[in-house]
Amino acid sequence: MVEVANAIRFLLNGEEISLTDVAPDLTLLDWLRLERRLRGSKEGCAEGDCGACTVLVGRLAGDEIIYDSVTACIRFVASLHGTHVVTIEHLRGENGALHPVQQAMVDHHGSQCGFCTPGFVMSLYGLWMRDPDPSRNAIEKALQGNLCRCTGYAPIIRAGQAISSYGQPQGDPLWAERIAVKDRIRAIHDGRRVEVGTGENRIIIPASLDDFAAFYAENPEARIVAGSTDVGLWVTKFMRRIGPVIFIGHLPELKRIAENDSEVRFYAGVTYSEALPVIQANFPQLGELWNRFAGEQVRNMGTIGGNIANGSPIGDTPPPFIALGAKLHLRRGEHRREIKLEDYFLAYGKQDRQPGEFVESITIPLLPAGETFATYKISKRREEDISALCGAFRVFVNDAGIVGMARIAFGGMAATPKRARAVEAALVGKPWTMDSVETVLPAFAEDYQPISDMRASAEYRLLAAQNLLKRFFLETQGQGERLKREVA
Amino acid sequence: MNKHEAPINLAVLHTGTRHDSGPKHVTGTAEYIDDMIEPVGTMHAYLGLSTRAHAEIVSMDFSAVRAAPGVIGVLTAEDIPGENDVSPSHKHDEPIFAVGKVQFWGQPVFAVIAETRDAARRAAQLAKIDYADLDWIADVRAAQAAGGRLVTEPLKLERGQVEAGLAAAPRRLQGAIAIGGQDHFYLEGQIAMAVPGEDEDVVIHSSTQHPSEVQLMVAAVLGIRHNAVTVNVRRMGGGFGGKETQGNLFAAVAALAAKKWNRACKIRPDRDDDMQSTGKRHDFVVDYDVGYDESGKILAVDAVYGTRAGFSSDLSGPVSDRALFHADNAYFYPAVRVRSEPLYTNTVSNTAFRGFGGPQGMMGAERWIEDIAYALGKDPLDIRKANFYGTDKDNVTPYHQVVEDNIVHRVVDELEASSDYQARRKAIIDFNKTSTVVKKGIALTPVKFGISFTATWYNQAGALVHVYKDGSIHLSHGGTEMGQGLYIKVAQVVADAFGVNLDNIKIMPTSTGKVPNTSATAASSGSDLNGMAAWDACEQIKARLLAHAAKLYQAEESDCHWVQGGMTIGREFVPFAELCASAYLNRVQLSAAGFYKTPKIHWDRATGKGHPFYYFAYGASVSEVSVDTLTGEYNVDRVDILHDVGKSLNPAIDIGQIEGGFIQGMGWLTSEELVWDDKGQLRTHAPSTYKIPLASDVPPVFNVKLAEWSVNREPTIGRSKAVGEPPFMLAISVVEALGMAVASVADYRVAPRLDTPVTPERVLMGVERMKREARG
Repeated sequence: MVEVANAIRFLLNGEEISLTDVAPDLTLLDWLRLERRLRGSKEGCAEGDCGACTVLVGRLAGDEIIYDSVTACIRFVASLHGTHVVTIEHLRGENGALHPVQQAMVDHHGSQCGFCTPGFVMSLYGLWMRDPDPSRNAIEKALQGNLCRCTGYAPIIRAGQAISSYGQPQGDPLWAERIAVKDRIRAIHDGRRVEVGTGENRIIIPASLDDFAAFYAENPEARIVAGSTDVGLWVTKFMRRIGPVIFIGHLPELKRIAENDSEVRFYAGVTYSEALPVIQANFPQLGELWNRFAGEQVRNMGTIGGNIANGSPIGDTPPPFIALGAKLHLRRGEHRREIKLEDYFLAYGKQDRQPGEFVESITIPLLPAGETFATYKISKRREEDISALCGAFRVFVNDAGIVGMARIAFGGMAATPKRARAVEAALVGKPWTMDSVETVLPAFAEDYQPISDMRASAEYRLLAAQNLLKRFFLETQGQGERLKREVA
Repeated sequence: MNKHEAPINLAVLHTGTRHDSGPKHVTGTAEYIDDMIEPVGTMHAYLGLSTRAHAEIVSMDFSAVRAAPGVIGVLTAEDIPGENDVSPSHKHDEPIFAVGKVQFWGQPVFAVIAETRDAARRAAQLAKIDYADLDWIADVRAAQAAGGRLVTEPLKLERGQVEAGLAAAPRRLQGAIAIGGQDHFYLEGQIAMAVPGEDEDVVIHSSTQHPSEVQLMVAAVLGIRHNAVTVNVRRMGGGFGGKETQGNLFAAVAALAAKKWNRACKIRPDRDDDMQSTGKRHDFVVDYDVGYDESGKILAVDAVYGTRAGFSSDLSGPVSDRALFHADNAYFYPAVRVRSEPLYTNTVSNTAFRGFGGPQGMMGAERWIEDIAYALGKDPLDIRKANFYGTDKDNVTPYHQVVEDNIVHRVVDELEASSDYQARRKAIIDFNKTSTVVKKGIALTPVKFGISFTATWYNQAGALVHVYKDGSIHLSHGGTEMGQGLYIKVAQVVADAFGVNLDNIKIMPTSTGKVPNTSATAASSGSDLNGMAAWDACEQIKARLLAHAAKLYQAEESDCHWVQGGMTIGREFVPFAELCASAYLNRVQLSAAGFYKTPKIHWDRATGKGHPFYYFAYGASVSEVSVDTLTGEYNVDRVDILHDVGKSLNPAIDIGQIEGGFIQGMGWLTSEELVWDDKGQLRTHAPSTYKIPLASDVPPVFNVKLAEWSVNREPTIGRSKAVGEPPFMLAISVVEALGMAVASVADYRVAPRLDTPVTPERVLMGVERMKREARG
């Protein structure tokens, strides 16, 4: 039996907060603005897309404290237990002067209406602390989750490039207080489960993975929330009551990544940002896709497990993972089972997950030698957009030039992420040529009857999916030019 | 300071002074309405919106709403003591709360007033409203097919013999272009807070570009006189036209509740409701018939600009008028007839948006230019040049105003050279011959934009300047700050007028109590009008101070000179503060109300003739793009801009307007797509589905320059030109560049004719069309 504490505790700027009465669906932004009267962080969209509410959340990662930019509008207060929340109000330079990030923004005319500006400052601040001399690419990536409607971004990018000429992170007050902050938040992680509230308002912050598994098996009606990048919108957009809630984003055991010669295993709580270096090293074909998921703040919150567990037909990890033959590890209490990822998605909104069962990890086999793999995302806007379609292709072509194996999977083409079995079957046994590709294209219509919606028409989806197979073929021949964005 | 020595000149006008709120923006201390400290007991309002595109309201049951926790009450049309109308056209066609029927999905039907915003928002979901559906009209083509009911009077501009010109033209083409609308996506949504006062008084804090109209609307809704309503605006978190009229309803609801319950009331819709229930840029379908000759010279144009006005008139009349005013862009038409059709549809009532119809007007012009170029197998730039307005002939517009300040030739020639357009175009054509998947395109398009409100009476402004005994200055004017830098520009004018430092000037929030009867901060006119009004106020005070100084020092007025920091009288230098202190002791008034009205302009809508624009602003851009012909995705690789702001009041602010305007225009024409479903509900109503440009959409090479040699030939403030709207239309070159890349698939023999926004889907479908054409 684990010991139980009854307060959500974290640091807000310089102050220690202890909350014993808090709703599970209270967002950090509402709490900051309405209860704490810290109104520098703004609500622009309440769905994690505009970044006007960006704050930093410092968390322990081993011996380090890492500050992630996050969108306060969809981050629940209860999920902050044992962290350090840093808002725009905490940013200050020496002797009350503007902080280097702020001074660079002012001097480069980086604000016009100013409403998005605190969020940009926080995103740039987070970037500067880990990369004081960022490339333009790095700045653009750090700002993917921040919308500005006035400036056209050009002056903000210029400001971002100039920050280090105003000051270095080592002189930053937050940098200086790191050791003390680390000690303070480490003290909060005392090995106890946290429980606050009752009934629908019950909040559970498990002490460990085992504690989580045991609790959830006994309380299957509870809602699991990791990054809250999806569930956050249920609250802010649809006003759904989500309690009781088990928050799991803090569990170190769910942040494990295990690599060996044949596969990589991600535990469910690994965020996109945490996974990035491992993805780049083991699945370089996924690097571009990975940088096009949402914006930086959402990548810092959203988890691999969540992207799969929620069963969305337009999640971007399932298509490539299915093509690679990923296995899903589900757990209920102490009972574990393993299924093929593709078998997890039963129908729209329906997954192969029993009450009390959760996604513990996913194993992705490395691409066997001699096989070719690629994945492509198509969206109306190149970055921070939900896919109109996302396709993953994997083939093995034997020495005779014949397709020995083909695995193709798409998101956005059906009610679930789905393999193109008719196309695969048509390809296998054929010579790997453009003629063959052209021949199998009609099979796409057997596999997929996509819908028309605000992201794309059915006609476009089908045509683009077919063309992506052509692209894949061309790339295997060293011919498929892809658009490249080249910035100085 | 040695009082006998004048300090160095610190003139700030024409310098890149930083935005006055910059330090507050970056520290999060700039206050927007939702950040203000609410009076004790502040209530919160939330709108209940219709869930039908067009329907009779059969019954409404609010019992569950009233019973919900925290609810204070419900407001419907029956609670309005004055008029249930916020129509800015005064056609009484825009109810605050729908009565009897709803006319679009998202129309306000009622409001819930509660102790918290959350309580009001949740309770608003509990209303039971029964509807009986009616037939509904979705868009321009559907409206035209249904008989073409208009929301306001159409306009016709005509000059020359159109039928004869078309008939006699050696070549002729017809076509149509559909031009999409645009959501403003101001980062700060609509918001208002009303604080009741004594008697009939109410103070409104509104995020509005038009405080005087909010004042008028609130007075009409409450049934009281204008002088009982004070509207204050410190700043907006973005406006772009979306807060010219769209704030009226929110202010009115807050005021209704505040007076009914005698408590302050704040209203702020969430982003989805904001996007569904407030107006947007008008989408248009332009049908055109153009006669031209073998050289590409246009001989006659006949075009109809149909637009989705929505369910009410709002500003659709002046917006569609301005589309016609820019149906020429920079081109002379020997014979022309253009007509507007502001069509009734069962969609939200469309409204002002940066450019105000001008961008759509220009898209039409550039489309037929492009069509002619592809028909003749020429570079569209050659067709443009062949049709530019002349300087001393061929310079009469379709509205019979003579273009007196034409500098389009120089702007385009300089940009063509500085961007290396010709060599790059040649290289792109070569590239496209060998590249199989990626195709490139390049285009140069010009902008000529008319400056002034076409409603002539709007072209006036007031300012109020107080100078205190210590020489500090209090500056108020009728313009509002939405990020465009108006406040700092006018402060620069005042600083230079008095020869004082900027930190001597306190910029006051805009208030109807300080400056009455103001015009909307719109039509790019903010600094032209308010800068001049403030200047006028300063000159009045300066004249009194000069007379006072001459008297005090027994000097001739001609021996008294304004210098930086004060005045010289003979060999004596008197610091400004000292001058003010002595003026007070000698009973000299140190306050003045300034006024300005734009000269020279007149306009007769009935005949379609006049001189509606004081002057024109010019610019040009070159865009280069790469297109993926397998998916339709594309990159904008490089953009070069040369833009005319006359003699810039603030080059840093102006560059910001150009960069920001271009990217916003690019969003309108590329990724920002409004999609309605088959029930008439807007499905792109949040940033998750409505995609404005990101930092990573900014062209990797983005060269933006001011035409530094340009000086307004009219005596505007500092000889500057307006800058808010004109750069928006520079983005049209992106569409043409995409068109060229698409057309390369059929060897540039077929006009690409891409509708906007040019999404990846439209590009890919364009490519498919070209493949079919190429096959024959």
